[in-house]
Amino acid sequence: MSAVLPISESAHTEVRRVPHASWGDALFENLTRFFALVVFGLLAAILVSLVVGSQVTLEKYGLRFLWNAEWDPVHEDFGALVPIYGTLMTSLIALVIGVPVSFGIALFLTELSPAWLKRPLGIAIELLAAIPSIIYGMWGLFVFAPLFQSHLQPLLIEAFGSIPLFKGPPLGIGMLTAGVILSIMVIPFITAVMRDVFELVPPLLKESAYGLGATTWEVVWKVVLPYTKVGVIGGVMLGLGRALGETMAVTFVIGNAHRLAVSLMAPGNSIASALANEFTEAVGDIYFSALIELGLILFLITTIVLALSKLLLLRLSRHEGAKT
Amino acid sequence: MFKALAGVAAAFAVSSAVLAADITGAGATFPYPIYAKWADAYKKQTGVGLNYQSIGSGGGIKQITAKTVDFGASDAPLKPEDLEKAGLMQFPAVMGGVVPVFNVKGVEAGQLRLTGEVLAGIYLGKVAKWNDAAIAKLNPGAKLPDQAISVVHRSDGSGTTFLFTNYLAKVSAEWNSVVGQGTAVKWPAPTSVGGKGNEGVANYVARIDGAIGYVEYAYAKQNKLKYARMRNRDAQFVAPEEVAFKAAAAAADWAKAPGMYLILTDQPGKASWPITGASFILLHSRQDKPETAKEVLKFFDWAFKNGDRMAAELDYVAIPDAVVKLIQSDWKAKLKDAAGKPLY
Repeated sequence: MSAVLPISESAHTEVRRVPHASWGDALFENLTRFFALVVFGLLAAILVSLVVGSQVTLEKYGLRFLWNAEWDPVHEDFGALVPIYGTLMTSLIALVIGVPVSFGIALFLTELSPAWLKRPLGIAIELLAAIPSIIYGMWGLFVFAPLFQSHLQPLLIEAFGSIPLFKGPPLGIGMLTAGVILSIMVIPFITAVMRDVFELVPPLLKESAYGLGATTWEVVWKVVLPYTKVGVIGGVMLGLGRALGETMAVTFVIGNAHRLAVSLMAPGNSIASALANEFTEAVGDIYFSALIELGLILFLITTIVLALSKLLLLRLSRHEGAKT
Repeated sequence: MFKALAGVAAAFAVSSAVLAADITGAGATFPYPIYAKWADAYKKQTGVGLNYQSIGSGGGIKQITAKTVDFGASDAPLKPEDLEKAGLMQFPAVMGGVVPVFNVKGVEAGQLRLTGEVLAGIYLGKVAKWNDAAIAKLNPGAKLPDQAISVVHRSDGSGTTFLFTNYLAKVSAEWNSVVGQGTAVKWPAPTSVGGKGNEGVANYVARIDGAIGYVEYAYAKQNKLKYARMRNRDAQFVAPEEVAFKAAAAAADWAKAPGMYLILTDQPGKASWPITGASFILLHSRQDKPETAKEVLKFFDWAFKNGDRMAAELDYVAIPDAVVKLIQSDWKAKLKDAAGKPLY
């Protein structure tokens, strides 16, 4: 017993930090902590400046700002309903198209693709993500919108024209066009995340499933997806975040009309697009404040979306293992 | 060796002296190309540079009020009472026009004739088809199709929109009460779409069959868009041309406009283009830095004397000489240094 004690004591002294290094450690720790806290500080500062900046309209309209469909700079009557609707609708369209396509691409890349094709395909996807959004906007306006107008929209209107969502003349621009462009923009983001998390699935799990006679689809659906759902949802949220805040590409093709329309063919407006368009020439306190409040709303929408996705993940993990 | 060093030092001294003398301005985007061109030529002649940031009229007014720049620029003139409140004075520096452009099959550039009332009716959504009686009456003999009119406007706040809506408000009482005028307005027509910038509007008009829009004259000319002739106040149909803008500026009664608050839309004169406008420069009437203010005046003085041809090259319209004289007398009367001594 007495022979053991000194050994453990000496082991203890070895672990103890050398005195002259400890202030360096402390400095490093505090520095990194400071950097981490700066994030909170910035976030709080942005929130505060948005609230202060939108003081005038917050007081003038209160909550009515959220469902007022008017946007009249001349008579100074402002409401955020049209841009909120446009922002959510275009992002929804982007996800409805983007998520299945990204899932397909990621699946092909990780499970089905021949090895020689993996790298070029992966790089192509990453290059898509590197294209600046203004290029997407120009391409959308000059190339995609005309094609969409002359070929796809008439078909859609003919097939689904009885549903209010697809009514109206084929203008080539509008919320649907913006949604489609956005979907192309979010695909690389979602795909890249999905591919990376799919590759993290231990081969042992997949091979066991194959060994039991599962088809590729069954392996993906019952082994890969459950294993990677946190990452997959994270990827979708990343894409959604980009879609909600996208400015230049949307403003080129959405039509920029402050008018509430049910039809996806109709021109609409999004929050980011309205801000980009109107900020430079916004003269007058109320107009300026209304635009800042739009920014505040976008900030809150993004926060809510993030919170909801966290909640979703919590619920998913609580049910883990409940079902066999 | 010493000589070389001294030379370098001297060069630095000279360049820093030049830098110190540079003038700064910020504001309207519409006149940016011509200000930049003038500045370039002016710098070659005098060594004094101009740093102009085209951040938009709203930003220009904010910056000059906050005194972060030597002059501000705005496409719409400030009302005399607003000038008074901010301690500013203004003068027009360059002119341009707004041109209605359209896309109707079978109707060529300049063939379509419109009046302000009909244009207001179209943008209100009341004249909804190209073969509407109101349009047909102005265009006997034109083959106007039974086609819906799509209305295109600027989505970004702009001086172009201000001139256009100002004109419509002058000629149509209904437009004035329903919509009003401004750099951005609420567009009532149910078919209206907004394009970003002149290029956005032009593209939408080209894209949509039966569309009508409005763009700056320079843009319409350089891209050979199908323009409409407008009926002016003297009941003449005129085409958008440099002479027509000059006629509007010459016909305007600047001398009677307090604070040079004059918008050149709907001016009298047989040859006047009805949607003409000037872009304005804003200066503090009482200058804390009289030396810089003098440099600003020198620059615009030079531009009024030597800048006409450059303006024409870029399809801007220079301020007529008679108006320049008024501007100069305004400088004499209104611009003072801190001690109250006139600067010009």
